[in-house]
This record gives sequence, structure tokens and C-alpha cells, in this order.
Amino acid sequence: MGTIAVIDYGMGNLRSVAKALEHVDDRLRVEITHEPERILGADRVVFPGQGAIGVCMSELQRLELRDVVLEVARSKPFLGICLGLQALLEFSDENSGVAGLGLLPGRVRHFSEGFRAAGVAPPGKVPLMGWVPVRQVAEHPLWAGIPDGQWFYFVHSYYVELLEGVTVGTSRYGLEFTAAAARENIFATQFHPEKSQRAGLELLANFTRWDGTR
Amino acid sequence: MTTSTDSSLTKRIIPCLDVDGGRVVKGVKFVDIRDAGDPVEIARRYDAAGADEITFLDITASAHERETMVQVVEQVAGEVFMPLTVGGGIRSTADVRRMLNAGADKVGINTAAILEPDLVKRAADRFGAQCIVVAVDAKRVSGADDPPRWEVFTHGGRRPTGLDAVEWAARMSAYGAGEILLTSMDRDGTREGFDLALTRAVADAVPVPVIASGGVGNLQHLVDGVLQGHADAVLAASIFHFGEHTVAEAKDYMAVRGVPVRRPWEAT
Repeated sequence: MGTIAVIDYGMGNLRSVAKALEHVDDRLRVEITHEPERILGADRVVFPGQGAIGVCMSELQRLELRDVVLEVARSKPFLGICLGLQALLEFSDENSGVAGLGLLPGRVRHFSEGFRAAGVAPPGKVPLMGWVPVRQVAEHPLWAGIPDGQWFYFVHSYYVELLEGVTVGTSRYGLEFTAAAARENIFATQFHPEKSQRAGLELLANFTRWDGTR
Repeated sequence: MTTSTDSSLTKRIIPCLDVDGGRVVKGVKFVDIRDAGDPVEIARRYDAAGADEITFLDITASAHERETMVQVVEQVAGEVFMPLTVGGGIRSTADVRRMLNAGADKVGINTAAILEPDLVKRAADRFGAQCIVVAVDAKRVSGADDPPRWEVFTHGGRRPTGLDAVEWAARMSAYGAGEILLTSMDRDGTREGFDLALTRAVADAVPVPVIASGGVGNLQHLVDGVLQGHADAVLAASIFHFGEHTVAEAKDYMAVRGVPVRRPWEAT
């Protein structure tokens, strides 16, 4: 029940996430919107994103959505997806270095840089594109009913390092990275739940029922 | 390139459907399917069967029927929550945008990239490299005793472009293609297996994932595409469509032979 605002700031395929939310609960009102009143008035907010972080941050600024996102990320059940996770961090190395929203501590790095720093050979191509199992390293209401180690669908070249006390799901690609992070009313995934078949739909269903507490 | 095995990324199996005027053609023969031409029902079947992605190739000849494909994508994306690639007839960034807005995750560009390589650059800049797939149709042009060389062809393998296929794929990935869909026009439809030398030459030359396509006739061909061809994903049509093998059988077969595959979470 209630309304979910999917924040539309011109970054990627928003229809899929909206359709997936409607699919898990047809009583929901799902709005794809960039209007501040609608986002602030929704019961829950989804912050999706694909593409480059530099464009992401400047579009948020241009549409005067930066403060709106900061506000709802502190007050409502909030789901970040892919770039919508990375933008929550303090800093990303992408586009020669971009400051993020700073809602989660830590940094976003390129896989090649991470492999070099960790002294490991690349395990495959970058972007990482495909299905990788996610280890649930902390309990969370959004994991409810999803077996540990389920595969989710990932597409990304930059990754979020492990964040102490914040990372709730990890995956491995040469190195261990944050597949899902959570703090208070925020849950954010590097993978695409809307493209992850049954496991992803289960996570979205959990989000539609989540009250924003652990 | 040396690669470590420290990864749990799985190799993808991608059924490919040809769509003409909104209908799946070249027949899909699942047991008890109600409408073998309905893209939504077929996509739903492959979703349930554990396919890792699905690709639709629009082979519609007439431009005015292209709008039909947009509707197909909208319907499929509204019901099937797995990665969806759409190719065929993409000529401009406006076409790319239309397909992404309809719910496609990736859009394949083929002939238009040859006519206007900058289109790939513009599309990748605007929408992100992750959603731009460049399709390369290649044919071997060297003699049997010469070092192998493949050229890019258009018009279903009838028209040569003079472009070296390996160089072209590398150039396209430098332009921002997030993935290369590589089809051997020599093998397509033959069921003799992928052109493994071609697949390996391209996969080893580009930094982005390569999907092998063209020639799959049995499950061993899928294994060969990954282990010998170094492909990140394998695309097949007839062996799945005609019910010879299920996606699950393919995954069982590949897993036993050392290819990491995803086991979808089955309904219990």
C-alpha cells in the first residue's frame, strides 16, 4: 500500500524498476517523477541510476533534487540501486573524481585500480556484467526469505569498497566489494533487483513492506 | 592476459529470438506452448527456465513496423524481470533512447555503427557504455593455409565492408561499446559450433565482455565457446527453441565441464 516515488533524473531505465514494483504489489502507486513535492510526499523512495557519476551529480543539481534526495534519504524507507548506491558515498574516482552525497562513508573505485592496489590479476572483463552470488554478511529486513548466496545481476565498472558496519551484502570479483549497504532507513544495492528475477523481486517486495528500521 | 579464477561471475546463456512485425519467427517449439509467436509468452518461458538474459532481434524489413518492436519491448519488460537486449534497425541515438525507455537494458547497434562509428560514441556518452552492445557479423576471408583473418560483413553476410573484424571490435569498445555480440556468418545456421578461432581472437583483443553467436548445434559447443573461445556469454537459438535442450540441461552440462553457471532459485 501507499506510494513509491522513483526519482527521475534522466539516468537510465526507470520503467523496469517501476514495473517490477507494480508487479510485486499491484495496490502500490508507483510514480516516476522529478517533482520535489511528489518525492517528499511519497511513503517510500527509490533512487535508481545508470551511467556516469559526474552526469548523475550535475543532473541532481540542475533539477534541484540534491537537497530533496538528502532529505528523503534521512526520513523515509529509501532504496538506492547501482549508481543510486555509488552516489550515496563520499567520493567516487569516476570522471576524474566526483564528490558524492556523503550519506555513507567511503569511496567508489574502478575495478582495475582495485585489482592493482590489491595485487590481484583481473578475474575477467570490466565492466563486470552478469550474475554474481551475494553473501548476506549482516541481517536486514530486506534479505527476508532470500537464501544466502543467491545470484543477482550486476553491471558496473566502479565498485564500492567494503564499509565497516554499513556493508550488508558482499560479492567477489577478484576482490571483495559491497553488493549491498544499509544504514538506518537507507538500503542500497550495487546489483539490479529489478533484473534479478525471483531473488530481486523478493527484495523489492520486502522493500514495499519495510518500515525503515532494522 | 593472465586472469585469476578468483571470481564468482558466471557465464551467461542467452536465448535469442528473431521478431518480425511483433511476432517471433523461425518457430519456437516448446511443449504445450499456447502461442509460439508471442514474444511475451516465450520470454516468460525462458525467464522461468533460468535463462540469464534474453535477446530480441528485430528483423522487420519495413520502417513503419518498427514501432511494433517498441510495444513488444514494453510488454516483455512489464512482465519479465531479467536483462533484455534489443537489436535490429537501430539507426540513431533517438532509436536507442526509445528502446531504453520501453524497458530494454541494452541496445544492439550493427550496420549503423559501420555507417557512422561516432553514433556508438554518442550513444555510450549519453546512455552509458553498459547499455550499448555493438553487434559484429564476421566472415573468414583468408585462405585455408593462410593466417586467419575475418572481415565485417553487412546485409546478412552478403556485403563485405573491408573492415578487419578483430580491429573493428577493438575500435568499437574504445568508442564505448560495453559489450560485443560476435556472430560468425560462416557458422550461423550451420549447427557446426562457434568459429572458436574468431571468438578467441576477438575476446582476447577487447577489454569488454564478448557474446559468442552463430553455429550452436549441441551443448558441447556452448562449453567450447567459453573454454576455447574465451567468450563471456553464449547466445543460441534453435537448440533451445525447438526443445532439443532446456537451459537447465545446458547449465548442468556446462557446470560438469568446469564452466561456472548460475543456478536460478527455483520455486519449491
